Amino acid sequence: MKILVALKQVPDTETKIKVAADGKSLDATDVKWITSPYDEMAMEEALRIKESRGAEVVAISVGEDRTRELLRNALALGADAAVLIRSAEAGDPLAVARILADFARDKSFDLILLGHTGFGGDHGAVGPMLAELLGVAQAHVVTRLELGEDTFRAEREAEGGFERIEGSLPAVITAQRGLNEPRYPSLKGIIGAKKKPIEELEAGPIESTIRVSTLTLPPARPEGRKLEGSAAVQAESLIQLLRNEAKVI
Amino acid sequence: MIIVFCELKDGRLRKPSAESLSEARRLADSGGLQVAALFAGASCIGSEEAARYGADLILQAEAPALAAYSSDGFAALLADAVQARRASILLAAGTAMGKDVAPRVAARLGAGYAADVTGLSLAGGRLQATRPMFAGKAFADCEFTSPIQVATTRPNVFPVAESPRPLVQEALPAPAGDFKAVVKELLAKSAGKVDLTEADVIVSGGRGMKEGANFKLLEDLADALGGVVGASRAAVDAGWGIPHAMQVGQTGKVVSPSLYIACGISGAIQHVAGMSGSKVIVAINKDPEAPIFRIATYGIVGDLFEIVPLLTASLRGQH
Ligand SMILES: Cc1cc2nc3c(=O)[nH]c(=O)nc-3n(C[C@H](O)[C@H](O)[C@H](O)COP(=O)(O)OP(=O)(O)OC[C@H]3O[C@@H](n4cnc5c(N)ncnc54)[C@H](O)[C@@H]3O)c2cc1C
Ligand SMILES: Nc1ncnc2c1ncn2[C@@H]1O[C@H](COP(=O)(O)O)[C@@H](O)[C@H]1O
Repeated sequence: MKILVALKQVPDTETKIKVAADGKSLDATDVKWITSPYDEMAMEEALRIKESRGAEVVAISVGEDRTRELLRNALALGADAAVLIRSAEAGDPLAVARILADFARDKSFDLILLGHTGFGGDHGAVGPMLAELLGVAQAHVVTRLELGEDTFRAEREAEGGFERIEGSLPAVITAQRGLNEPRYPSLKGIIGAKKKPIEELEAGPIESTIRVSTLTLPPARPEGRKLEGSAAVQAESLIQLLRNEAKVI
Repeated sequence: MIIVFCELKDGRLRKPSAESLSEARRLADSGGLQVAALFAGASCIGSEEAARYGADLILQAEAPALAAYSSDGFAALLADAVQARRASILLAAGTAMGKDVAPRVAARLGAGYAADVTGLSLAGGRLQATRPMFAGKAFADCEFTSPIQVATTRPNVFPVAESPRPLVQEALPAPAGDFKAVVKELLAKSAGKVDLTEADVIVSGGRGMKEGANFKLLEDLADALGGVVGASRAAVDAGWGIPHAMQVGQTGKVVSPSLYIACGISGAIQHVAGMSGSKVIVAINKDPEAPIFRIATYGIVGDLFEIVPLLTASLRGQH
């Protein structure tokens, strides 16, 4: 079995967002870069499949120089190969999906694992787009995955419950929290990863379909009000305020 | 033409779909366009309701093969409809189904896709979208460069507006049904409860709830308010049996209810990212320095175990 795992390098979730001088991108000074949290779960799932039934795991990222660090970590975790496709962040999920599809096409991956959403861009789109471009099945926002010979069963989050999906391989599966608990790399893995190569490719010209024209911070919420008095008085005045001032109940 | 992919539930138009339709009508009026509402399923009974929210045309794909949702099947159906009608814009509500199918259709059409938009307008006949990024810590204005534009609308953001149109219905050709993946069943459905992302009132609990059983207090308050219960990640991770589906925040649900009541939640940046779009925020916390108070419209410094039952009792009219 051959598995491709797509990983995105994103700003740490604690990052205080500042807008760059161009007015449309993130000011990357002081940003700490991490692997997008759900992508770690996609990677973990690939490793578990490798351990339970044997698989060749290829980690891929569309990124820049600094993204090598993410791929080095994927190798340390247990990926067999790592590929960096150089391309500047375009903010267009279809552009990323096209780059990934161009790479994956004709390489007969049985399974392609991604995070359901990459932190920051928050598109939640590359997985389904990639599935469409490759003409394969998808299960998006998955909390449970079982593989058969050339079929899969997945559970995905839907309103008010979980949907059980059944489909055929090859398939694109996007990970949601609950699927697994990602591991940390072992010391042996970290040392071993230093010797493994990271293949580097250039993305072909990409036609963008959407772009950010301005990035703004949300207006600060007005200073709130702390209520006073005994617990009973505060509870009563809250109800009155919600009814008569805020008019939300 | 703007096509809006609409969802039915128990024979009624789902509210997030009514919101998308209302917004499509507003856009169409500003640009001299037509609005078509598209329904797909084993039955499209209830789809007439779309005319009330401004659909000039109701497209119905009714077939046994569509009884269960399939990403590839529905994506092909939607893309075919967009092409057949030469529509330039496709909207869907940002529901579990909308977010599953819309990006797939966009890829099929070579169209740009904006997820979870909170604002839309037309410029030179093309869609412009405003959408949250970094879990709501920033907002991006986006321009499309593709001839077809696809977007999902964030639930609870766009107002539902009635704008009745005469009923015009048309059947769409049924697909063959040899789909690559199909939903087989819906598990653990909490009957009748709306999803967090669509709820108008949310009462959330954090580590301050001390144990899972205490969430009963929040359920009672939520019931009295007609709302649903959410949780912080600390509460979900504590092993209290609270499912991840209830988690609000950066790695949970991003919500925008009218009223969000945070009980025993400190207000960590990752939690706030998921709920700072709420219209009114109430914080109940015994620590006056808790960061949640900085974004709360109304703050109560106190013991939630004392305050929450008082609120419930007051709402139920027992003093
Ligand atoms: C990558 C990443 C993603 C994350 N994603 C999320 C996410 O999606 N959602 C999320 O919520 N968190 C998320 N977190 C975790 C986040 O950083 C915080 O740890 C978490 O939100 C804290 O939850 P809490 O406020 O319930 O707990 P605490 O921070 O422990 O706060 C508990 C609060 O309860 C108060 N309290 C205690 N007893 C009482 C009482 N009797 N009455 C009133 N008040 C009381 C205390 O004063 C305290 O303020 C994420 C973290 C990381 C690193
Ligand atoms: N630049 C990238 N390189 C590799 N994978 C990516 C990239 N961008 C997105 N992905 C994958 O697609 C998923 C969804 O991303 P998005 O659609 O941007 O929210 C992520 O969780 C990653 O698995």
